[in-house]
Amino acid sequence: MGRMKFIIGGLLILGAVVYLIFSSTQASAEYFLTVDEVNAKGASIVGKNLRLSGAVVGDTIQYDPNTLTLTFQIAHVTGDNNQVEAQGGLAAVLHAAVIDPNRSRIKVVYNGPKPDLLKNEAQAIMTGQLGSDGVFHADELLLKCPTKYQDAVPSQTTK
Amino acid sequence: MLAEIGYGILVVAFFVALYSVGAAIYGDRKKSAAIVESARRAMLLLWPLITLSAACLIYLLVTNHFEVSFVYEVTSRSMPTYLKVTAWWGGQAGSLVFWSWLMSAFASLVTLRTWTRDREFLPWVIVVTSITTAFFIGLAVFYENPFAFMWFDKSGQVIKAMFQPVGSIPVPPPADGNGLNPLLRHPGMIIHPPMLYLGFVSFVIPYAFALAALITGRTDDRWIRITRRWTLVAWLFLSAGLVLGSRWAYDVLGWGGFWGWDPVEIAALMPWLTGTAFLHSVMIQEKRGMLKHWNMILIILTYALVIFGTFLTRSGVLSSVHAFAQSAIGPAFFAFIGVTFITSIALVIYRWPELRGETEMKSMLSREALFLLNNLLFMSVLVVCFWGVIFPLISELVTGQKITVGPPFYLRATGPLFAGLMFLMGIAPLSAWGHSTITTLGRALWKSAAAALVITVVLFFTYTKNAIALTGFFLIAFVLLVTLVEFWRATLARMKTQNENFLLALWTLVGRNRRRYGGYVIHVSMMLMAIGILGINVFQIDTQKSLSQGESISIGDYTLRFNDLKQFPNMVNGQEERYVNRAEISLFENGKLLTTLYPRYDVYPDGQPMTLPGLYSTLKGDVYVILVNWESSSASLAPFKVFINPLVNWLWIGSILFIFGILIAAWPERETELVTARSRRAHQTSAAD
Repeated sequence: MGRMKFIIGGLLILGAVVYLIFSSTQASAEYFLTVDEVNAKGASIVGKNLRLSGAVVGDTIQYDPNTLTLTFQIAHVTGDNNQVEAQGGLAAVLHAAVIDPNRSRIKVVYNGPKPDLLKNEAQAIMTGQLGSDGVFHADELLLKCPTKYQDAVPSQTTK
Repeated sequence: MLAEIGYGILVVAFFVALYSVGAAIYGDRKKSAAIVESARRAMLLLWPLITLSAACLIYLLVTNHFEVSFVYEVTSRSMPTYLKVTAWWGGQAGSLVFWSWLMSAFASLVTLRTWTRDREFLPWVIVVTSITTAFFIGLAVFYENPFAFMWFDKSGQVIKAMFQPVGSIPVPPPADGNGLNPLLRHPGMIIHPPMLYLGFVSFVIPYAFALAALITGRTDDRWIRITRRWTLVAWLFLSAGLVLGSRWAYDVLGWGGFWGWDPVEIAALMPWLTGTAFLHSVMIQEKRGMLKHWNMILIILTYALVIFGTFLTRSGVLSSVHAFAQSAIGPAFFAFIGVTFITSIALVIYRWPELRGETEMKSMLSREALFLLNNLLFMSVLVVCFWGVIFPLISELVTGQKITVGPPFYLRATGPLFAGLMFLMGIAPLSAWGHSTITTLGRALWKSAAAALVITVVLFFTYTKNAIALTGFFLIAFVLLVTLVEFWRATLARMKTQNENFLLALWTLVGRNRRRYGGYVIHVSMMLMAIGILGINVFQIDTQKSLSQGESISIGDYTLRFNDLKQFPNMVNGQEERYVNRAEISLFENGKLLTTLYPRYDVYPDGQPMTLPGLYSTLKGDVYVILVNWESSSASLAPFKVFINPLVNWLWIGSILFIFGILIAAWPERETELVTARSRRAHQTSAAD
């Protein structure tokens, strides 16, 4: 009898933890997508939490310092690290993506100060939602420049 | 030449460590005290050897020997000497040597104690500590050599090697080094890694004794008693390391917070979670002879997570879990963790019958049951953290779609668990060993609970209507009241029976029961920290705007006026160290001038920016203003981001009290240890009746 009490108690805790993990995962999961995948899925992912990455196209960066509205385009880059390595590393892949006029692109809108690392051929990693107009509304914008990639900085420095 | 000597000594140290492992095992098998003594002496030799090797490395770092690849990567001529010394642990290769150095120091310290009562543990403690040391030295010797030079191979690529590879030519020594990343040149960041490492390394000692207990079959609580202080010290350093890292993030990274649920941060938090659970559950084994399996599993997990954490926090930029495999030493780490973990668990299974509890757990509200629940909750937080880190990998394997979870996931999933832990912190100290009922517990607790409810109602009408915050405040008030009442009641009792005045009574009370009251002080400090954590997570507000000179921005009760901006190079030794952009801002609260803030935006010659916030900090909360991205604006127009971080200061106040609490708990107290041992024996005899 005494033993039973503890087993039931333990199962209850286990159930609660499993529920917590799964419900929280569902509520806050972010889908990692590339530009091609976003364009392919289109309307089906409008409004979901997405994490999108791509290469910043320098010519398209526009910034209004009064309203702190930042818009730019990103070009498709593969999400597979092995492919990145095979194609000569991140810097080469980003460069190739930006100079290729046939590469699919997506427009990004972000409200906030313009980050220092936002420049041509930087890798942008954004979280946000896709609007029904096909524009990506970024809530958070992380940037990586391949030249700085080597530095042993904890990754939160990019926030 | 010095590089070759340093490397040579490291190689020697590696073999000495292996010898001490071999000799300790052989000596134990052959029952030869002389061979075990030889193993111990070999192990004692490790620290001087690694010290010598480290001295070579530091000399190379300080004297700008940029032909050495590691020196080139982490130092530059413009860095002051003390920073060049601390660059020792500023990069992966050096920090491996640093780790081995600390490990050998602690292993030496522990073998210097008197072993007469615990002779049988000695060889196995040597085996575990020396294997760990050998592993880290081995990584430096074979994979990440801090003394390696740079060479051009046939295709013109720069490669790192100690001795000239066939067909390569030496790279001419560079005129200047890359330098330590400026973000890391902060006092907090200079002592944060050593603190974490000290915490990591000290946890190896209780693990070594745990394994010794498993191997020798002496599975009573002797190993726990020997290592109790080591565990507390480990916990102190690990906690201090976490807090310092948070403070660094708050002061230097300029994103308004101190904890971002980054995989690197989680990697340092995970051993803290298992270590904290361990710290609690060993008390049950000491007092009641229960939870022995738990204690073994917890310390084994802590060791595995310590090694994992060392790897993760030093493997460079970690953008995704995929980065693990890309590091050259990743497979070596995983193999080591795998082998040690499986061996340890196999030993626990082998000794399973001997680790049975001496008494059975009966009441669900008894103190031991509540401690078990505390353990389960800590493990649940660990599972949540682990899940968050590996989830992207799993989702990609299963669905082919990479899905990640961010801070909202961790907050949502760990929130209720932390609330549960806080609740336990309130009731467990008042529950009795062996047996407690709702009635006895309720009688002890209802006054504190009612008072906490009153405080919560007052807060509801005066401060916040947020349900999460109110739940949190209720729990905080409850735990604080219960704990303070405990102090109060025991002090009053002492005043009456011993005729002492209040301060003397409190002093002797704490002095006689350091563990218990040290623990309570830690609980109080945790509640203060919880106020800060709750404040920033629930109440943080922010706003951003580009201001022209003289213009203002309002947030909450505060108004900030942009007065001026100064730009100038900061010179060190006649060289431009960084370019400073410093804004001057007047801070008003309800129209009254409070202070002037100077948020800064510094740019280093290599283009690395550093955002330093202007901070106005009170017990009520912080005003945290950052000057964002100077480049994109003109002198008359600067963009600012302002955060109001309510109550966050309580986190730092709590941290200081926390260290104080550990010092109380860890202070030697010989007397009571004997008393508890005696009372436990008495208890066992009565249980046998």
